[in-house]
This record gives sequence, C-alpha cells and structure tokens, in this order.
Amino acid sequence: MSADRREWPLYEVFVRGKRGLNHVHVGSLHAPDDAMALRHARDVYTRRNEGVSIWVVRADAITASSPDEKDPLFAPNGDKVYRHPTFYEIPENVPHM
Amino acid sequence: MSDDHGSVFDGLIDGDLGGDSSQWAFGTGFEDPLAGVDTTVPAGTDPAELAAYCLMLGDDALIMSQRLAEWCSRAPDLEEDIALANIALDLLGQARLLLARAAAADPGAVPVLPEGSPVPAEDALAFFREAGAFRNVRLAEVPNGDFAHAVVRLLLFSVARLALLERLRGSADAVLAAVAGKGVKEVAYHRDWAGRWFLTLAQGTEESRRRLVTALDALWPLLDELVTAHPVEVSVARAGAGVDPASLRGEVDAVLDQVLAVSGVDRPDRPPLAGVAGRTGRHGTHTEAFGLLLAEMQVVARAHPNGRW
Amino acid sequence: MTTTPAEPDMEGLQEAFDATIARNDRIEPRDWMPDAYRRTLVRQIAQHAHSEIIGMQPEGAWIGRAPSLRRKAILLAKVQDEAGHGLYLYSACETLGVSRAELTELLLAGRQKYSSIFNYPTLSYADVGTIGWLVDGAAICNQVPLCRTSYGPYGRAMIRICKEESFHQRQGYELLMTMMRGTDAQREMVQESVDRFWWPSLMMFGPPDAQSTNTERSMAWGVKRNSNDELRQKFVDMTVPQAEALGVTLPDPELRWNEERGHYDFGEPDWDEFAAVIRGDGPCNAQRLAHRRAAHEDGAWVREAATAFAERSAGEAAR
Repeated sequence: MSADRREWPLYEVFVRGKRGLNHVHVGSLHAPDDAMALRHARDVYTRRNEGVSIWVVRADAITASSPDEKDPLFAPNGDKVYRHPTFYEIPENVPHM
Repeated sequence: MSDDHGSVFDGLIDGDLGGDSSQWAFGTGFEDPLAGVDTTVPAGTDPAELAAYCLMLGDDALIMSQRLAEWCSRAPDLEEDIALANIALDLLGQARLLLARAAAADPGAVPVLPEGSPVPAEDALAFFREAGAFRNVRLAEVPNGDFAHAVVRLLLFSVARLALLERLRGSADAVLAAVAGKGVKEVAYHRDWAGRWFLTLAQGTEESRRRLVTALDALWPLLDELVTAHPVEVSVARAGAGVDPASLRGEVDAVLDQVLAVSGVDRPDRPPLAGVAGRTGRHGTHTEAFGLLLAEMQVVARAHPNGRW
Repeated sequence: MTTTPAEPDMEGLQEAFDATIARNDRIEPRDWMPDAYRRTLVRQIAQHAHSEIIGMQPEGAWIGRAPSLRRKAILLAKVQDEAGHGLYLYSACETLGVSRAELTELLLAGRQKYSSIFNYPTLSYADVGTIGWLVDGAAICNQVPLCRTSYGPYGRAMIRICKEESFHQRQGYELLMTMMRGTDAQREMVQESVDRFWWPSLMMFGPPDAQSTNTERSMAWGVKRNSNDELRQKFVDMTVPQAEALGVTLPDPELRWNEERGHYDFGEPDWDEFAAVIRGDGPCNAQRLAHRRAAHEDGAWVREAATAFAERSAGEAAR
C-alpha cells in the first residue's frame, strides 16, 4: 500500500470546557508538530472558542495500562495507546491466528 | 441520546455542545447583523463617505472570504480545510456587519430592487452591485493558486488589516469600533496562521520554498494598495471615524520584514501593480478575473430578485 | 502470575469479548477483539468517514453561489462540519490500527465505498435544502442508534456528530420552508429538487434486509443496531408529515398511510439503479473521486514540507 510515506503524527486533544473542570479527552488529529497541533485543535475541536484551555500530546507519547492485568497477551508493563498493525495482517504478538 | 453507560464525555457534551452554541461559527447573530446597535452617523462625518468607507473594508472581507471558501474540500489536509473555512467565516461575518453598516449610513448606496423585494440591504449590496461599485483591493480578488499562494495572500492581507483594525477600535463610529473590536481577535489569528505557514513553507522543502517565493513575487505588487489612501479614506479618517491606510505603512513593513527575516526570504523588489489611469480597486477598477468571481457569486441571487432565502 | 505470551487463552478471550457484547458494554481499542469484528468496524467506519468527506463536494459546489450572505455562512459552516465529522471518524478508525493515509488510499483506489447519495449531482440551490432535509435526515436515522454502537471510539465520535447533524437537518428544512414562502419559481425549484432526491434518499439505508449480506452479523455484534428496512420505514414515517407541512409532493404514487400496520406504505426504490451507483456507474462517481484525488495529490508537497520543517525544528532544539 503506497500510503503517504510520512504521515503527520497522531495527537490526542484534551479540552477544558470552562474554568473549574478537568481537561477531558475530546478526540484526535494529525499535525506535523506540537505548535501546529495546538492550532489544529483550536480549529477542529473548539471552532475557535476563546478562553478554553487545550492540551495536545502525541499519541505515541502516552503510556497506557492493559485492559486486564491478568491478560497474558499484553506485557505487564504499560503499552502505547494505539497499536498500529498493518491492516489485514495479524499483530505479531498474537500467535495462532 | 443519553447513554446508559455514563462517560466523562457526556458531561463535556452537555456542558459545551448543549444549549450554548456560541463557540460554533454559525452560532450567533444571523438575522440582523446590526440588531440593537446605535447606527447614528457621528457628527462631522459625511454619511455617504462613511458608507463608501464601510464598503471598502466590507468588500475586502467579502471577496477574500469568497476566494478562501473556494478552498473548501480542496485543502492539503482535513485540518487545514477546517482552518481555512474558519478564516473565511470570520471574514464573511465582518463583511456582513460592514455592508449592513454602509446601508444604514447611506440607504442611497444600496441598489434599487423591484417593488416588494424581500432582499435585505446587505444582500442587495453583495449581490446586485456591478463590478465597478465594488471597492475592494485587487489583492483580495485575484484567482486562487496553490497553497503557498493562499498563505502569502492571507499574510499580506491580514498584516495590513490587523494594523488597521487595531486603530479602528477608537473610531468615532460606534459600529465601526465594535466591528474592529471583534475583528482584531479574529484577524490576529489569521495573521498568526499565515505567518506560521509562511515560515513552514520557507524552511520546509526545496519545493515548498520555490512555490512560496513564486507566490510572494506574484502577490507583492498588490500589497501597496492596502497602504495607499483613497480620498474617502483620508476624509473619513480626518473626521475620526476611519483610519488612513497610508499611516499603516511603517507597521506593515516592519511586521513583514520580521516574517521575511525569520523565514530567510528576501523582500521582493517589485513595483506596485499599475492601475488604470491611476484608478485601482478602491476606485472600482478591478482585474479581469473579478467579473467572473461576481458572475459566480451573484448568479442565483440575481435570477431571483424577489426571492426569499 | 506467569507471563508466557506463547499460549494465550483464545477461548477465554473470545468469551470475555462475547460477555462484553452481551452486557451491552463497550469494546475499547486495547481490548482483544475477533479479527472479523475489527474488519467489519473498519469497513463501516471508513465508509462513513469517506461519505462525510466526499459529501462535502455536492454542497460545497454551491458555497460560491449562495444567494444571501446568511446562507453562505450557514452552508460554509455546514460543509466545514462535514470535514470535522470525517476527521472524527478517521480518528476512530485509527484506534483499530489503520491510518488515515491508508484509508484515503483505499478510497482513491476504489477499494472502499462511500454513501451512494453523493454520486448524484446538485443542480439548484434548493438541493442544499433538500440534502439537509432528506439526506441528513436519513443520515440521522442511521446515526443516532450508532451512538450506542459496541465500539467505544465509534460511539463517542457519533455522539459528537449527531449533535451537529441536527443543525444540518434544521437548516435544510428551514431553507426549503423559506423558499416555499418565496416566488413561484422558488417553489418549483424546491419540488423539482425533492423529486430528484427522494428515491436516492431511500436507497441510503442500503439494500432490503433480505439482500443485505452484512446486517445480521453486524447486529449480533452491536456494531449496527437496526436493520436497513426498519430504518427506512422510520425515515418514511418521519418524513411524510414534514413534506405535508412544507407543501411538497413526494414522488411516490404508492405512498399512503396503512392503518393496520401503523406505518406508511411506500414503493420500491429502483435497486438496479442503486447497484449501478454502488458499482461506480452513477452520474458523479468519477467526478467525486477525481476531485478528492486532486486535493490529496495537490496537498502532498504541503504535508511533506510541514513534516520536513517539524523535523528540522526538532533537530535544532536538540542541539
């Protein structure tokens, strides 16, 4: 598959809707770097609402817990939020499929 | 659509997307853009001149918006598609206020429509004027090129417009002061967006730099019109309701020089685009492409002069 | 606890998955899921995302010609929303391990579909209203149940989308109402538009249940919540009174209230036409893909430049 050789990385977006609330995950977007990700987040997820606070973080910088600690498929250490197996191929960490 | 599985997202939806839709571009003030605003023409300002001045600023915004909206569904990525639409929507909002302000200041400026036509004044001005009655600068109307062209055009436009709106906040005309107050925040963002992309394209790849320099060379001759005063602008500025664009020249130069320096791009050595017998966009003398732009923009409205939309 | 990844308990994983579905609970990205479930989701979410993006074109063509500044703002904001919806849905798809770039390639290669409705042309400004009323109305019927779909990221994207879609349908209906209060020419324009879009709107729910290959399993998995025919009936029942209020005629001589069923009876859409459009032989299939391809290819140098700039900046920061 000849997808873009270098797609812009994926970012996760967190928005504080108003003062007193936590930042809450609202979605994702692609951007070439942190500064552009912030701009994109403002355009895409708040449609330019003044005064809200936005966090963006690269998806590959997030460490996530396993859904089930007893699950032998996942390493006991944390893992990335998204796995990116090539589609229609079986992830390497799942044998016998 | 309440969810049987409560999620932290529900609260956000209810809080942010529920009754209050003010953060959405379509959220506010559609019916009468000047509802509740004092439209008395300030003492010492000629109403017809104030109207012409509002048309200059309003037409700049309207025609820029028309060109920017052509990018819709054609941008390099979805995120930029959305960003360009936001900018176009901001400028369209400014245009509506300014055209409505022109009509309120001088009803004689509004084209006469058939008896009983329900078309509001802002639309009569946008859709029923001939090209020669439009007062926008030619920078706003030249046809779109590639993405670099869009970035350069918006940079030149927003650097000058931001400098203008910042001063216009002190206008003796309450409507213009209010329009400027709102517009400063919007155009500051446009300038920031364009400046950031200018730097990115300048320092990205050889290809992007080549395209950027080409666009800059092509559009630079159109910059001068934004900082050259038409007699109406001088007069309205003298009355305290407007801003003399010639007074912006220093700031516009300084800001652009800064962007060019950071980006490592030379200032083009190109003379201003000639007018016709000294007449340019502010006088109603436009480019060949402008007639085509209006043909598209006005076609449906003109086919139904008594239409309701 | 031992961690021997060589021998996963496949039966246990399948049981846990089945139990989650049975509890009407959500599957999340890092949960184990059957490969066929993942494939079905990717197919459905991608098709939905592509529909939003291709769907920008038929209406977007009228932004430049919108007959009032208010309508221009509404239409631009609406088409912009569609870009946003496509973006949310591509993001949901990315949690399943397939990137937006890959999905775009699959769309452009004709290997993934989008809604058949967008292969019909928009020929008058009334089409902007009709698309809002009928097409977005049909989409809402399809989409509201998907807010409760079994896959978490998809459901969350749908909640956000449905909130915005209700504005889309309202603006469309309101445009048509306004035009019907206008001139005779405007009323004719509305009726002509409804005549063209009625049957393609009914086709949006997909083939009849008897012919739908994917429905049964998708429903068992909670990926889909209602059958095509159920949703189509719901849409007709909802739309007929709206058409009456509007003062337009729906172009179906068989359309009448059935007291016994408590629903409207209606005629059969031309399923041969539907099949042709799906196959790629509709009036605008080639045009829509060419437009999307041009945007994607014309933007390649911009995306590359931004990546190069970001890498250079990161390199300088590191020094």
